[in-house]
Amino acid sequence: MSNDRRTRSALPVPALVLAIIAVSFFALPLIGLLWRAPWSRAADYISDDASLTALKLSLICSLWATALSVLFGVPLAWLLARVQFPGRGAVRALCTLSMVLPPVVGGVALFFALGRRGIVGQYLDRWFDLRLPFTTAGVVLAQTFVAMPFLVVTVEAALRQLDGRLEDASRTLGASPWYTFRRVTLPAIRPALIAGAVLSWARALGEFGATITFAGNFPGTTQTMPIAVYLSLETNPEKAIVLALVLIAVSFAVLIGLRDRWLGGGGERGTSRVTS
Amino acid sequence: MRRCRLTLTGMALAVPSMLGTACADDANTDKAVLAVFAASSLTDAFVEIGEAFAVQHPDVRIVFNFAGSGELVTQITQGAPADVFASADDSNMSRLIDAAEIAGDPRVIARNTFQIIVEPGNPLGIANLADLADPELLVVLCADTVPCGQGARTVLSNAGVVVTPKSLEDKVKGVVTKVTTGEADAGIVFVTDVIAAGDDATGVEIPADVNALSNYPIVETKAASNAEAAQAFIEFVASDEGQAILASYGFLAP
Repeated sequence: MSNDRRTRSALPVPALVLAIIAVSFFALPLIGLLWRAPWSRAADYISDDASLTALKLSLICSLWATALSVLFGVPLAWLLARVQFPGRGAVRALCTLSMVLPPVVGGVALFFALGRRGIVGQYLDRWFDLRLPFTTAGVVLAQTFVAMPFLVVTVEAALRQLDGRLEDASRTLGASPWYTFRRVTLPAIRPALIAGAVLSWARALGEFGATITFAGNFPGTTQTMPIAVYLSLETNPEKAIVLALVLIAVSFAVLIGLRDRWLGGGGERGTSRVTS
Repeated sequence: MRRCRLTLTGMALAVPSMLGTACADDANTDKAVLAVFAASSLTDAFVEIGEAFAVQHPDVRIVFNFAGSGELVTQITQGAPADVFASADDSNMSRLIDAAEIAGDPRVIARNTFQIIVEPGNPLGIANLADLADPELLVVLCADTVPCGQGARTVLSNAGVVVTPKSLEDKVKGVVTKVTTGEADAGIVFVTDVIAAGDDATGVEIPADVNALSNYPIVETKAASNAEAAQAFIEFVASDEGQAILASYGFLAP
């Protein structure tokens, strides 16, 4: 309590005003959705089979995308943070390209790479009879493409700030590089890793453009929640609002839950450090 | 100047780049601006019509906003500054009528029919709708929420063909892209979309007795700031010159 009060008085008034404007900027659209939501019919829209199918698919695909982002993104971040090689800046820019690329363009680019006529995709098709467009795997791929950079950027920053002497000490004590990575590096960057994974997950859950372009839209196979919301918007805006709120509620629950459980209320610890 | 401010508020809802240019030129000309909101399938034809209109009406400057009909209706009902609205189907026009946002009666300026779109040269030899039922074939259609989806559904039920599409696209260009990039073998789109795809796709005719017709109604909006120019534009689209341009892009006469 006393902590809170001290924090408040310490914050300069102009910053506080700007922060409140920022909060309203994010809160108002949500309030708008809540205000327009057809509450009496909400239950029907949510319990609709198509909505539940889309929600389930969204959760499964976004979790897969997050898992793949962690699996490949952490080594990539490590490579970018620790290994000196020519053209590292260019590689970093390349691997975060999908953050700035319009997602629809990303989807088309994935066609050219992994589609039936793509650079690699034509061989997947010919040799393994493997086709990614119009499949659930295609959704996961499109989501990973746009989501992974969020993890890479976060983890790379943490690796750079990490005191390299800890790892040096571990290695001079005879630990193998893998052991050091697992027992020294990973625990040290855990908060960043979790934050990056959550960011990636959130981005994957909301992904729309690359998914609909590369994987298409078919209920049960590739129709995720954002696509269901977008399609309803044209014909049944009421339903679209309810579905959007469901998506928001799920993200909120996960984000708040994760913060308390894994980051141990990191925010509060931060403020007390400022005041002491 | 007043118009410029209106345009800026509209930018949040409408295509920014197109409306954005309106302000830059307003400073040194006194031309009245006419905002035409038109279905994306009309893009090429309307741009050409706009150029021809400008020759006859040098005092009016047209600013186009092209998007899906449903999206445009939402923009207009949310206050985007449109003077004229041209829809790719009757149902979206009905939505605007229901919202009491129109002035006068809508007028049909063109019609569109459907074709099967396939890869250039039709390598799989798709000859008719029945061929689309082949489970080996990768077929994509539009979702029921957009005009081309309702049309495709009508066409297939008229022909008594059951197709299992791989994807239901949110807009007709999605179907075109999937076929032109080779990801899909075939789809059902408007004739004008096949023509617009040029060398990247080939069209397979659908017989008239099973084909569907889509109307393109146009109307002046209630909030039109330039009623005179709006009427002049609608008249021009309906004139022989306007109709000839529409026909050259594959549209049928109303």
